[in-house]
Amino acid sequence: MSAQLAVLAALDWDLPYWAVTLIKVLVAALLVPTTALILGIVFLFKIMSWMQSRLGPQEAGPKGLLQLLADGVKFLQKEDVIPERADRFAFKVAPMIVLVSTFLLYVIIPAGPDPAVIADLPTGIFFALAVSSLSVIGVLMAGWASANKYALMGGIRAAGQLIAYELPMVLAVVGVIIQAGTLNMNGIVVAQANFKLFGDVGPGIPFIITQLPMFLIFLAAMQAELTQPPFDMPVAESELVSGYQVEYTGFRFLFFFLAEFATAFAFGAIASVLFLGGWYLPGLDVNSEWFWLIGPAVLFAKIMLVSFLIFWFRFTYPRLREDQLQRLAWKWLIPISLVWLAVTAVFKVVM
Amino acid sequence: MGNVDLTEIPESQKLAYIAQQAADGRVNLEFETDEGMTLNIGPQHPATHGTLRIVAKLDGEQVISCEPAPGYMHRGYEKLTEVRTYPQVTTLINRIDWLGSFANEVPFILAAEQLMGIEAPPRAQYIRTILFELSRIANISLFLGDLGIQLGGITVGFYAFRDREFVLNQIEAVTGGRFHPNFDRIGGLKDDLPKGWIAETKKAMEKMRAFCDEVEDLLIGNEIFQARTRGIGVIPPEIGLAYGLTGANIRGSGVDWDLRRDRCPAGLVYDKVDWKVWTHPDGDCFARSWVRLQEVREATKIVDQLLDSIPSGPVMAKVPRIIKVPEGEAYVATENPLGEMGYYIVSQGDLVPFRVKIRSASFSNVSIVPWVCRGVYVPDVISILASLYFILGDIDR
Repeated sequence: MSAQLAVLAALDWDLPYWAVTLIKVLVAALLVPTTALILGIVFLFKIMSWMQSRLGPQEAGPKGLLQLLADGVKFLQKEDVIPERADRFAFKVAPMIVLVSTFLLYVIIPAGPDPAVIADLPTGIFFALAVSSLSVIGVLMAGWASANKYALMGGIRAAGQLIAYELPMVLAVVGVIIQAGTLNMNGIVVAQANFKLFGDVGPGIPFIITQLPMFLIFLAAMQAELTQPPFDMPVAESELVSGYQVEYTGFRFLFFFLAEFATAFAFGAIASVLFLGGWYLPGLDVNSEWFWLIGPAVLFAKIMLVSFLIFWFRFTYPRLREDQLQRLAWKWLIPISLVWLAVTAVFKVVM
Repeated sequence: MGNVDLTEIPESQKLAYIAQQAADGRVNLEFETDEGMTLNIGPQHPATHGTLRIVAKLDGEQVISCEPAPGYMHRGYEKLTEVRTYPQVTTLINRIDWLGSFANEVPFILAAEQLMGIEAPPRAQYIRTILFELSRIANISLFLGDLGIQLGGITVGFYAFRDREFVLNQIEAVTGGRFHPNFDRIGGLKDDLPKGWIAETKKAMEKMRAFCDEVEDLLIGNEIFQARTRGIGVIPPEIGLAYGLTGANIRGSGVDWDLRRDRCPAGLVYDKVDWKVWTHPDGDCFARSWVRLQEVREATKIVDQLLDSIPSGPVMAKVPRIIKVPEGEAYVATENPLGEMGYYIVSQGDLVPFRVKIRSASFSNVSIVPWVCRGVYVPDVISILASLYFILGDIDR
């Protein structure tokens, strides 16, 4: 996150537009693999082995922390195999589309007050929801282009699942938007800093207190968007042998891997901003300049908390079936979120 | 089914109906057809525990019909036994059901003992039964882990591999081999128990009971697991019997049938312990898994009781140095972890068997796959296969 502080410094020096843009692009380009590495090492390797009572990687680097780097290098060395009957163009482009949608998500995440965000869009959260759906196209392309029945089934499952879970996710977000009264990500953080439940006493409280059902629905929808267990049917190893990823090798597979974990981080950030108060720490003045310094750290801590929840579910639960997944979305998550949306709207008008 | 009184024998009409069902379920092993997509599951697929090939014809995600095509790992054990002396055969047949390998040796040795008219001393019979149950625990605990892996909850798999070690260590301490003990001899056992083994085994049984509780918490009691297994792959008892299902698969269909209790062969001491045969009326994937979980618990109880009452004495009866089995035929079947496993030995008074027919449980158990997998979804095929629990070596021999 120190890179974000570098952006702050750059802005103070009054650099020309192209230089600022270049720095921002570089920061995003650095953040995506870095965060994917952090989540991969901390959760996939360390926490997962701890939960499953095994050692995990030990040899590469101190306590095996460099294992993922070694794996990444291994992926880069591998032969780039394209199936003979594959749709070569779509096959090559698909992982990049998935990765691009991840990059775009990072654009709107605020790591601190105003300048510490790559693009402070007025409709930030709307933009995030829109670009996160782009990955469906990449996944579907990968499934179709691989010329493999397992991949095709995985791609179609993924498309059905991602579309079905867009809706509860959007509805969960709308609850927060109504309460905050803004679509801007930093605006939502400030709204939580100023939100008091009982009169004007005490610090601002995050929206998770009032939007707990929405938070849980958002978590479930997020899990489905990330295709992680218990919603990992598109890549189900024991059924579809990794689904749409089955024909990918080397760096193309690495792209899918990076995108999965970087998207987990980005969604964790969005959940933290929407429900946990983002970079704001209750008790401090929201206009304090300290937030430029500690904001990224606070946000990072919250992201790790949310990511822990995601990965905890991932390592604990078995996998649902495709029809059960759809039933969960349409019969439970969407009605509950609609009811809570109505409750939120009523309270917003009354209070 | 021998002298065991099972449920009512199916009438001829029922049998004809079942035969028709099986014919409907049969897939022409060709590639694409006009109706539906042919999905080739295996021989290399994580759900097939090795090299079972399942050809499924799909309509979308729904299975129209599917057919297992075994034989990719056929090793010709029945023929190979004909060129090995009786003591050498155990080395081979260890590898049939490789997860509960000691249990494979026992029925063969018992059949040979029956032909020779030898009985192992009581201590050997007790230790034999204990090792038999230990291999059952090792086998089925891995089934519970594998069930988790197949249904997407991989954590249970790691727990199973971790806790199975306690049992394997005990087997290793006695026999010297973790997987392939090759310990059973005609007329007794190769060796006695090592010092301190009884106390350690009791501790291991405690740990396995804790493991069973853990699995029940984490997997069997899990709502997603139940949603995936309840009502899926229902096998009615008469269909199961007609297909020759044995072991936990038929007990999961509500048939109270266990060879250990009903037809305990001479040489094993199941009649001296107090335990329960669990059945479940549902006949679905959940019932089969649940019955197996209870089977592990009962096995730990059996081991505990046998350890308490183990008699002293020799572990080997008086047998000739060169074993020649007199002319005759014998069939002995035991309740192995996967179901009924029997050896039909034909001897002509030679050093080697004239002919050995191995009746292994998994071969019959997977034969019901075409019947039970019609109309289910692809993920259900995986849970059905996982709950039927086959081991490739046990299918192909």
